[in-house]
Amino acid sequence: MAHSPSRTRGSAAPARLPAELAEAARGGRALEGFLRGLPGIDAVGLEQRAAALGARGVGKNAKPRAIDTAIGMVDLTTLEGADTPGKVRALAAKARHPDPGHSATPRVAALCVYPDLVAEAVAALGEVPVGVASVATAFPSGRSCSRAKLAEVELAVDAGADEVDMVIDRGAFLSGRYGEVFDEIREVRSACGGAHLKVILETGELGTYDNVQRASWLALLAGADFVKTSTGKVSPAATLPVTHVLLRTVREWYDRTGQWRGVKPAGGIRTTKDALRYLVAVREVAGPEWLTPRLFRFGASGLLNDLLMQRRTQLDGHYGGPDHVAVDL
Amino acid sequence: MTDPDSAPWEYVPAPESAGLAGLASEYRLFVDGTFSAGSGEKTTSVNPATTEELATVAGTANSDMDRAVEAASGAFRDRWGGLDGSARAKYLFRLARLLQERGRELAVLESLDTGKPVRQAREFDLPNAAAYFLHHAGWADKLDYAGFGPDPAPFGVVGQVLPWNFPLLTLAQQVAPALACGNTVVVKPAETTPLSALVFAELCQQADLPPGVVNILTGGAHTGEKLLSHPGVAKPAFVGSTEVGRRIRHRLAGTGRTPVLTLGGSGTNIVFADAPVEQAVQGVVDGAFFNQGHVRGAGSRVLVEESVAEEFVERVCERTATLRVGDPLDRNTDVGAVNSAAELDRITRLVETGEAEGARRWSSPHPLPERGYFLAPTVFSEVHQSMRLAREEVFGPVLSVLTFRIPEEAVTKANNTPHGLAAGVWSEKGSRTLWTANRLRTGVVWGNTFHRFDPTAPFGGERESGSDRVGGRAGLEAYLDV
Amino acid sequence: MSDAEQPSNGRGRVTVPRTRKLYIGGSFPRSESGRVRPVRDAHGEFLANAALASRKDLREAVVAARKGFESWSGATAHGRGQVLFRVAEMLEARRGQFATEVADAEGLSLRAAADSVETAVDRVFWYAGWTDKIGALFGSVNQVSGPYTCHSVPEPVGVVGVVAPRESALLGLVSVLAPVLAAGNSAVVLASPDRPLPAVTLCEVLATSDLPAGVANVLTGDPGELAPWLASHEDVDALDPSGAEESLRARLEDAAAETVKRVLDVPVREPDWNEPPTPKRLRTFTDLKTVWHPLGR
Repeated sequence: MAHSPSRTRGSAAPARLPAELAEAARGGRALEGFLRGLPGIDAVGLEQRAAALGARGVGKNAKPRAIDTAIGMVDLTTLEGADTPGKVRALAAKARHPDPGHSATPRVAALCVYPDLVAEAVAALGEVPVGVASVATAFPSGRSCSRAKLAEVELAVDAGADEVDMVIDRGAFLSGRYGEVFDEIREVRSACGGAHLKVILETGELGTYDNVQRASWLALLAGADFVKTSTGKVSPAATLPVTHVLLRTVREWYDRTGQWRGVKPAGGIRTTKDALRYLVAVREVAGPEWLTPRLFRFGASGLLNDLLMQRRTQLDGHYGGPDHVAVDL
Repeated sequence: MTDPDSAPWEYVPAPESAGLAGLASEYRLFVDGTFSAGSGEKTTSVNPATTEELATVAGTANSDMDRAVEAASGAFRDRWGGLDGSARAKYLFRLARLLQERGRELAVLESLDTGKPVRQAREFDLPNAAAYFLHHAGWADKLDYAGFGPDPAPFGVVGQVLPWNFPLLTLAQQVAPALACGNTVVVKPAETTPLSALVFAELCQQADLPPGVVNILTGGAHTGEKLLSHPGVAKPAFVGSTEVGRRIRHRLAGTGRTPVLTLGGSGTNIVFADAPVEQAVQGVVDGAFFNQGHVRGAGSRVLVEESVAEEFVERVCERTATLRVGDPLDRNTDVGAVNSAAELDRITRLVETGEAEGARRWSSPHPLPERGYFLAPTVFSEVHQSMRLAREEVFGPVLSVLTFRIPEEAVTKANNTPHGLAAGVWSEKGSRTLWTANRLRTGVVWGNTFHRFDPTAPFGGERESGSDRVGGRAGLEAYLDV
Repeated sequence: MSDAEQPSNGRGRVTVPRTRKLYIGGSFPRSESGRVRPVRDAHGEFLANAALASRKDLREAVVAARKGFESWSGATAHGRGQVLFRVAEMLEARRGQFATEVADAEGLSLRAAADSVETAVDRVFWYAGWTDKIGALFGSVNQVSGPYTCHSVPEPVGVVGVVAPRESALLGLVSVLAPVLAAGNSAVVLASPDRPLPAVTLCEVLATSDLPAGVANVLTGDPGELAPWLASHEDVDALDPSGAEESLRARLEDAAAETVKRVLDVPVREPDWNEPPTPKRLRTFTDLKTVWHPLGR
């Protein structure tokens, strides 16, 4: 690829798509035909490649940079029923200065919270260049009416969210009502205004890699800026093979449209070792251009602390302990 | 050329002559190489397609049974047990040839007695019956290589109680391996369908089979259970319903004799969204309605991926409507008569239950004959796992449609039954088919096909479908004391 | 009482006794009933108290075995072999302890008991080598008429209930347990009622051999009380009545009849377990699955 991604905010109009994708992006039977016509994925082959790439090491010299890259990709997340303004302010403080002892530590990409806490997050972050992402559309199940879902999106966007993480209606998807899922993403897309849209597929409920691939294309056709694996509330959450499928899809999207789209694995990524495996996958499956927070994010809560500990190990020359980084409680 | 707008041509009935069956007015027991009147009460065999009586059948009294078991025992001791494997092989070969030679006659007789379409009897039942004898003829002198150690021993006298759905084919599936392994047999065909077995006795005579090697009795469930628990029977074998199989196991508990059980259980077809849809529709329809659904392992349930379910059900009904239901002797008939009044009554009640449980019923509009035990092929949609329709063995021309969302769910639902006989998997994806096959708890899995049988391929179930096999090397185990 | 179990030895040291418990789902619980029963050696000397399992323990064991079956049957045949080889290694390493326990239990000389233990190690080793050959032994490619490929593969039957031999406390036990596990099944074993201690020690070996939790579950107690419940349990797929006394056999077969459960055909008299085994047990505890698929362009 000759040029690099400049900006991702706001989705391209379908009119700029090549003919076959433009046709599919009209929804209905054309969309269904396109999705059903996608080539199959062989599960065993996919998993073998993911495992093989997962075994690839980053190398001692590249590791500090890889860790910093990973830290910059974290969407620091709290999505609990017990979340309070206090908890959000604590996370915001951490987002601002992840490791007070090491001021050169990069900042995370965004803070990810429920819609009613977006205002709190925005206020707590102030001018700090860390985004605020909000889940929406009846997260995590997606089981509500369109009206309620859109109201949530508006709540988040009005409160100042830069990014919206919506969930798709998996029930509709699994019963083959692709058009409904597509229309809903479209509506959310327009309700987002200038906010960046991440579409959560909840791959753990989709059953097959073929379905994951289908849902990824569906989301991109409907105008997603990012495709995201999971809510973190369903097991399995993100896995390497599933992330491969998403990465492969955004790469093909770029090849066919020239538009940059991102990927966010979420849930279950807890250690630096995990994160680095994902970065290898990003580099090999999508391409090195995707090694930027504009195109790749980690949805995680515990991961940041492990990254910080490993970072200290690299810098200080001895192993770090958990009491030297701030707990996220 | 005729005007394309004129009424389309109609199928003209292509009836096979009932006379070909060589129907006798009376059929007798076959004991120790000769036919005898029997001391039991005579019964009549009925043509379920017309409800007319076909013939009088001799009845089995206790004394007849003792005589038959004694004859089988004597034959095992004096003639068959010591016979060279290669000689047994030739007798089996003779029986196979005779079945081929008299195939047409036996097919018509089988159709008359069971109500099954004569075309199916000709093209499926008879050739397969002959094939089982031919296959096992080859085993008789090669048992040392069957994987049970050198010189595996037979049991002696085997008592076999057979079902009414494939009278002659199940006879072949059980008698051929039993004889190949060196046993002698006392066979009791089903009460409603004894005729082909009694004609098979003639074949034994024509083959010059030593007297007493094959003995054939008649009678109902009571006679069957008596035979299976007869002290002179070293190995009892039963093909039929799980309910009866259970009873036999209770009865034989503590006697030191374990019965060979090949029992029932509905089959399940799993249709994935990526299935070859035309073939899947045909396979599901054949799976459910072949032999009026009177098949152990019939595809009476279909699990369809929800994203394609609605269209799939429409196509299944459309295809089912093209099945020709009626006179079994008409070579154009696809679905014949239900085997007996009792069966028709049972299935009709199950259909009523299905409606009462809230499933949506569709029945083929094809006109049914005025006489005889007929039931229009029926498709139920909106069937759920908790309904009796989904849980019981239907054993009739009724198909239940359920849905699933992801492969794991399909497997879980398919396995959610105490039976485990057969399943079909429809997908264009090899890895998905084999993955599914791997996880299904059934003895047989058909990928992109259904109801395939072959004497080389072990067929049988798991769990409450009975775990014995017919066919192949594995099928020999039932009749060898190993 | 064996040396190792003496309350005090010649030097006046008071030894630490070991409590014998059940083995269910990878842990060692006491019987939920709280019942125990004294175990005596062949001369009637008290050895230890063993747990007297209840029906509820049996139920728990079947639940654990069903869970264990999921992981064990999903493992590769090679992997199952590795685990069973590991069991043989661990048995070998604790030969001395087993010899003492077997001598006590069976009233053998230490030499004869050691021989029996060695045969038991070899028995596990023999079955461990079978795990990845069962398919070649019982499976087949079926030469069917028509454009199909058709093969038959043996698969484990599921949860197997085992009434362990009464007399041969270790060799007999591994001779019935190893084939069940080698074929990919999980087991609920009722140990010999009068000679349960080697079985309890075997559980400690199993617990440290990478055998997934629940694959083998061992209950000490009274088979006369528990076996009929095992035989009639709907979630038990097959039964090995090897150690059931003649008086119990008919009851077990009757109980197993309700689910048409497969019952291994074994003689009432306990055989000489030193005789080399055949693959019969492996065959009985597998189901053959036949898979058809069309061949086409």
